[in-house]
Amino acid sequence: MALIKDNALRPDPWVFVADEAELPESDPAIVSFERWQRDRARLGVRNGPLGLRLRSDQPPEGIADDLAAFDLIALEFPKFTDGRAYSYARLLRERYGFEGELRAVGNVLRDQLFFMQRCGFDTFEVADDVDIGAWLEAFVEIDVIYQPADDDRRPFRTLRTDAAGPTAERR
Amino acid sequence: MYIYDQRDHAMLAQRTAQFRGQVARRLNGALSEAEFRPLRLLNGLYLQLHAYMLRVAIPYGTLSARQMRGLAAVARSYDKGYGHFTTRQNIQFNWPKLDDVPRILEDLAGVEMHAIQTSGNSIRNVTADAYAGVAADEIEDPRIYAEIIRQWSTLHPEFTFLPRKFKIAVTGAPRDRAAVRVHDIGLQIRTNEAGEVGFAVIVGGGLGRTPIVGPLIREFLPKRDLLSYLEAILRVYNQLGRRDNMFKARIKILVQSVGKEQFTEMVEDEWRRIAGGTLDLEADEIARIAASFAPPPYDRLEPVDLAFEFKLAADPRFAQWCRTSLAAHRQPGYAIVDVSLKPADGVPGDVTAAQMEALADLAERFSSSEIRATHWQNLVLPHVRLSDVHAVWLALAALGLATPNIGLASDVIACPGLDYCNLANARSIPVAQAISRRFADIKRLHDIGDLRINISGCINACGHHHVGNIGLLGVDKKGEEYYQLTLGGSDDENAALGELVGPAFPYDEIVDAVETIVNTYMDRREPGEQFLATYRRVGLGPFKERLYGAHQG
Ligand code: SF4
Repeated sequence: MALIKDNALRPDPWVFVADEAELPESDPAIVSFERWQRDRARLGVRNGPLGLRLRSDQPPEGIADDLAAFDLIALEFPKFTDGRAYSYARLLRERYGFEGELRAVGNVLRDQLFFMQRCGFDTFEVADDVDIGAWLEAFVEIDVIYQPADDDRRPFRTLRTDAAGPTAERR
Repeated sequence: MYIYDQRDHAMLAQRTAQFRGQVARRLNGALSEAEFRPLRLLNGLYLQLHAYMLRVAIPYGTLSARQMRGLAAVARSYDKGYGHFTTRQNIQFNWPKLDDVPRILEDLAGVEMHAIQTSGNSIRNVTADAYAGVAADEIEDPRIYAEIIRQWSTLHPEFTFLPRKFKIAVTGAPRDRAAVRVHDIGLQIRTNEAGEVGFAVIVGGGLGRTPIVGPLIREFLPKRDLLSYLEAILRVYNQLGRRDNMFKARIKILVQSVGKEQFTEMVEDEWRRIAGGTLDLEADEIARIAASFAPPPYDRLEPVDLAFEFKLAADPRFAQWCRTSLAAHRQPGYAIVDVSLKPADGVPGDVTAAQMEALADLAERFSSSEIRATHWQNLVLPHVRLSDVHAVWLALAALGLATPNIGLASDVIACPGLDYCNLANARSIPVAQAISRRFADIKRLHDIGDLRINISGCINACGHHHVGNIGLLGVDKKGEEYYQLTLGGSDDENAALGELVGPAFPYDEIVDAVETIVNTYMDRREPGEQFLATYRRVGLGPFKERLYGAHQG
C-alpha cells in the first residue's frame, strides 16, 4: 500500500503489527486497540513512534485520555459506505484535540477524499497503482463549501459575512 | 425565492463537472457499478426496472416560472416529454440516458436547480409546507430555515455516508401541511411563553416497514441553535445507527431501541459540547436568507372581490372547483390556488412539458412567477388575485388541470409501483386510475368530502399508505397482486397510522372494496362529519363487517 500525504503519493514508513507479532525495536508501528489495552504499559515506554488503528465499531472515546501516547491514529473504513469514522475524525480533532497524523485506511476511494480531508484526515492509505493525478484532483474539484468542519476552508456563510464587512474570526 | 449568488453557482458548476468525470470513469470502466452507485445516488440517479431515473430537488417545493420552463425543457430534450412530481417535493424523469445526465445537470444548474442528495444515504431534499409564506395561519416562513438547512447539509463532509437516508421537513404553522411527524427530523415553528420564535423538534418518525409517529424530543429550540442541534442529532445517529441491517438502519429504529429519554439525553449531551460554536445562526444570517423569501409586491385589495363573488354565484362549475382548489391567503384580496395533477384516469403527479410551460406562463401572468409543489403530488399557484381566479380556472381547465378534487377521494397519492419500480409487489398507478374513474362523478365526490387515499406498491411505503385515511399496500400472494387495506391514517398535526382492516383483496376486487368503505362511511356519518372523524368515532367494526361479512357470505 502507498500513502497520499501532502499532495503526493509516498511510501508508507509505518507498519501495522498483528496482535501476536513481535514489535519492531524502534521503527514506526501501528497496533490494534485490543493490543493497546493489553500491552499499554509496555507500549507506552517503547522507543519509537506508536500508532493506533481503530475499527469503525471502536469509537475514539475509548482512548480519549491516551492520545498523548500516539503519533498516528488510523481509522478504518471497512466499506466506503460505513461513515462512522467521519464523525470519529472530527471528534478526535475538535473535541479531544489530537494533533498527530490521522489516517484513513480500508476501503478508501477517490471520491471520499474531499469529505475525509474536511473531517480532519491528513493521510490516506491507497493502492500503489492509483492514478495519483486524478486522485489529487478530488481535493480541489469543489472549493465552495457551506458548512464549517475541521479543515481550514472557510464556509460560505463566513465568507459572505466577510464580504459584507469585517467580522470576528470564528474557527 | 432564494436567488443563487456567485458562490452557489460556482458550487453547482463544480459539482456538475465532478459528476461528468464520475460518469466518464464509469463509462470507461475505471469505476465499477458498485463504486459508481453511491456517487450517482448522491446526484439523484437511480437505476430502475427499465432505465435510469433522475430525481431533481425542488427545495421546500418552491419553483419559479423560469425553473418550471427549465424542467419542461429537460422533459422535452432528454425524456419522453413529461415529468413526475413526487410526494417529497421532487420531480422525477423516468427515461434519461446515462451519458446525457451531466448535460441535464448543467441545464438544471442554469436555472438554479440540482439533484444533489435526492437519494443515497445522505440528508435528502428538505421539504416544507407548500403554502409557506402565504398561509393565513403561519407563524414564520419555514422556507427560510429549510434553505439554511439545505445549505448546511449540502455535501456535508461528516454526514454523506449515513446508515440510511435522512429526511427533514419544516412547517411554519400549527396546521401541519408538511407531515413533520413522519420524518427523520420534523421541525415545527412555534412561539414560546416569552414570545420568541423557535422550533419544536420531532425525531424518528417515518413510514416504511416500521411506521412510527415521531416523538417530540425538544419543546423549544431557539433559532440560533438550529444547526448545532441538527448536527448533534446527526452525529449521534451517524455513530450509533445500525449498519448491519438496512431495514433497521433509519434513525427511528435507534430512537425506539434506546428509548426516547436516552436518545434525547445523548443528543442534548452532544449538543451542549458544540453549542455556541461556529454553527451558531446569527440574526443577520437569518435575515439575509429571509430577505430572499420576502413576499412579492402585493396590490392593496379589498378582502372581497365583487366580480369574483358574481362569477361564483353565476357558474356552478366554477364554484365547485373553487370549493376544493382555493385556500386562505394571508394577503387580503388574494387566494392560494391548488392545481390538481390527478385528472380522472391520469397518472398521479405526471405533467407534460406543454403543461409545465403553460403553468409557467400562468404563474408569470397571475402568480408573481411562483409555483409550489405539494407533498400530495399537486401544484400550487400561491399568489392569485381573487379577481384573476376565474381566468386562472379557465386556463387550467383548458390544460386539463382543473379537476375539482383536491383533498377528495380521487386525489390519490400513489407510488410508481410495479410499472416502474423493481421492488414492487403490485401495481399502484392503475389502481389509482381505477379509483379516479370510480369516483369521477363530481357531485358524488364532493358529497363524500375530505378523503385521502394513498397507495404503496410494497412495504417501503413510498405512497405513504400508513397515513392515508384509506391506505392500500401491495402484497404478493403466490405471485398474484393483492392489496391490504388500512383505515384512519393521517399525517397532519394529529398524525396517526392506519389500522389494518383484514385480509387483503386481489387486484380485481380492490376498487370495489374501497367503494364499500366509502359507502359504509356515507351510511354512518353524521351531518357534516368527514371520513376521518366518522372513522374515529365508529372504529373499524362497521367497515370490517361490510367488507368481510359480505365476502364470507
Ligand atoms: S413503495 Fe415499494 S413499489 Fe412503491 S415505489 Fe416504493 S419501493 Fe417501489
